[in-house]
Amino acid sequence: MKKLIDNGAIVVTSHQKASGKDWTLMEKLFLGLPFSQYIGQALRNPLNWFFAVVLAVGLPIILGRFIFGLSWVTHSSNDYPWGLFLGFGLFGMVPLSSSGFQLGTACEVFGRHDLEPIERLGLLNGLLGYFFAVIFLLCDLGQPWRLPYPMVLAYGPAAVLFLVAWHVATYLSVQIAEVSVSFFEWIGFPIGIKAIRKITLGMTVSGIILSTLHQGALGALFTYAPGKVHPLWYSSSFQWIHFFVSSIPGGLCMVITVSTIAKKTMAWRFDKRFVDSLDRITISLAKGSSMGLATYLTIKLISIAHDNKWGYFLTGYGQWYLVEIMIGVIVPMALFAYAIRRKQMGIIRLSAFMVVIGIFLNRLNTAYITFNWKLSYREIPHWREVVICVTVYCIYIMVYRFILYRLPIFYQWQAQEELATEHVTESAAHKHAPAHDNRDKSTVLGLTPEYVTESKSTSL
Amino acid sequence: MKRRDFLKGCLIGGAAATLGTTSKSWAVGSFEGYPDSMGVLVDTTRCIGCRSCEAACNKEQKLPEPDVPFDDTSVFEEKRRTTEKAYTVVNRYEATDGKKAPFRKMQCNHCNEPACLTSCFVNAYTKTKEGAVIYDGKICVGCRTCMVACPFNIPAYSYSSAFAPVVKKCIFCYHTRLKFGKPPACVEICPREALTFGLRRDLIKMGNERIKETPDKYFDHIYGEKELGGTSWLYLSSVPAEKIGLDETVGNEPIISNVKEFLGMVPMVLTIWPALFSGIHLLATRNKDHGDHDNHSAQEDGKK
Repeated sequence: MKKLIDNGAIVVTSHQKASGKDWTLMEKLFLGLPFSQYIGQALRNPLNWFFAVVLAVGLPIILGRFIFGLSWVTHSSNDYPWGLFLGFGLFGMVPLSSSGFQLGTACEVFGRHDLEPIERLGLLNGLLGYFFAVIFLLCDLGQPWRLPYPMVLAYGPAAVLFLVAWHVATYLSVQIAEVSVSFFEWIGFPIGIKAIRKITLGMTVSGIILSTLHQGALGALFTYAPGKVHPLWYSSSFQWIHFFVSSIPGGLCMVITVSTIAKKTMAWRFDKRFVDSLDRITISLAKGSSMGLATYLTIKLISIAHDNKWGYFLTGYGQWYLVEIMIGVIVPMALFAYAIRRKQMGIIRLSAFMVVIGIFLNRLNTAYITFNWKLSYREIPHWREVVICVTVYCIYIMVYRFILYRLPIFYQWQAQEELATEHVTESAAHKHAPAHDNRDKSTVLGLTPEYVTESKSTSL
Repeated sequence: MKRRDFLKGCLIGGAAATLGTTSKSWAVGSFEGYPDSMGVLVDTTRCIGCRSCEAACNKEQKLPEPDVPFDDTSVFEEKRRTTEKAYTVVNRYEATDGKKAPFRKMQCNHCNEPACLTSCFVNAYTKTKEGAVIYDGKICVGCRTCMVACPFNIPAYSYSSAFAPVVKKCIFCYHTRLKFGKPPACVEICPREALTFGLRRDLIKMGNERIKETPDKYFDHIYGEKELGGTSWLYLSSVPAEKIGLDETVGNEPIISNVKEFLGMVPMVLTIWPALFSGIHLLATRNKDHGDHDNHSAQEDGKK
């Protein structure tokens, strides 16, 4: 894509092409490239070939899971009813998706408009994380087609999972509404944008409530199994607080990580506003994560002290616990403290990635690795279970990338009126060099209209 | 943002939150069990590991043919657990102090306040007044939280079924026997009278009498009388319960007690959060409303 832009391809940032004509939906889908070029850039990307291989193996296995049942893809363990699908997919992905409510809250409720350039990434990250957590859940449920039952048919209101189901369902709809603004801008549906904007504050506040409750509820789910979750990962009083508090740095660091990857792989999609503010915002997010991590570590220690569990540190599980805390909390905290002061972005981004891994590991530990610590055997997942997890995760990345390439997440959508004047002068200047033909002759057009004006002045 | 918009926003937020969380708050009171709950007293000192209870259960519940025939004692070489094909299994435990190796029958203990029941988000479980914990497969979604929650690792799942997998566990022969006041199949067949069926409160008395009469024979404890809020199935043994694979660290509180702290917090969040965060919004944007934010929204409105 970068090469194409260097060769003069125009990035879609508004409804109109440089020539003044509207982009059609198909053109927008193909990123404003002619079909052959679009396919060409897709084929040149080695990541796509990797995805193709994964899907070729994984999709038939996912299909097989629904035809031959769970026993075909898992070890059908009665002792480890929740395998990788939930431990990896659901419990791992949800805390990393708390970014939606946090950035929503920061921007809309706390009035932190300086974080606005990344708000949409936070919202999208939240939406996709939840959505794919639900996909993982559908893979895991014995009878997934009955998932709406707790909403419509049979209520078990004393169950924590009932709360999770309702909250995730409601919150997913809230997030779809929040992200739909970008989509409406992209397809050109101003009424929708207006309608959503009116209820933004309400949605954001309900987002905070729903997130607090179900991030906590996922932790509270494990209070049903006090004898099975290892004492170091279990706390009857603090479990939900652990899950909720750790989701805060988890979500923020996930946004840092995603923006870092995007910076490396799709910088062409950034507009000037995003490029200029990314480092500053990353530091703000890192500061937020540091505070979250400090709180998390304190509560972790309190819970160990509360139940006097220090003795477990001498066991193998204790060392594993320390590894998790070192990777996910202590080392990143130290690195953050060092790097934020010196504005060393590389270190900040690295430690954000460590937090993501650490929080993920915490959920996997609680739900799977140290679960049933009293039993004499550990469950090793079936290879098909692993393949399904990898496949769903790859689809998650593909969908994520698909949306980032197109919707105004990293850039601001340009309204027609603003551009109109520019186009007039522009088309006058490049009368014989419309967007797609005569590529070699046309002047290099920048990423966004901000650049357009700049490049215009140089070319003139 | 105008004040009217703000108020509107608050209303919608509140409404969304209420919609999303219907009456979570009716907290679970403590429940000591139905007064006329039936139960079974398992006297493990009498059990000889003949496995006839396993066979009777298999027949009564119309379960599939077992992998190993019921007269094969090689199964005792390892510890088994309940599965979708066997609602009850007998295990042999290590002998202590020169006594012969004890056996223990394992099945659902039919808790007074079952963890499976309280963890089920579609209410598939019912604790009947006769004491049985039964299960409605027609509404089970298959989340298997009950299996995670069960402190005795009893419920099994019919993973092999692709289109109608359900939880499988002992139901106290509720539909065929208990409902009509009859003892479950395993109790009826036991040749050693190791299993005694009766009112739970009578069984506790009976257990205590046996311990009193022959204190040398029994360890002075009825497992299940108080554990996890009490269970309908009770165990007598010559050795401490942990020696026959019964977890003594479970405590006397039902599982739901661990969860109550979280459930109690839910209504607080529901009511306090909207006011708290709306208030913060007011404070945070009070001075900026006519500057920063308006510019921003004007800019965005301009885009349409």
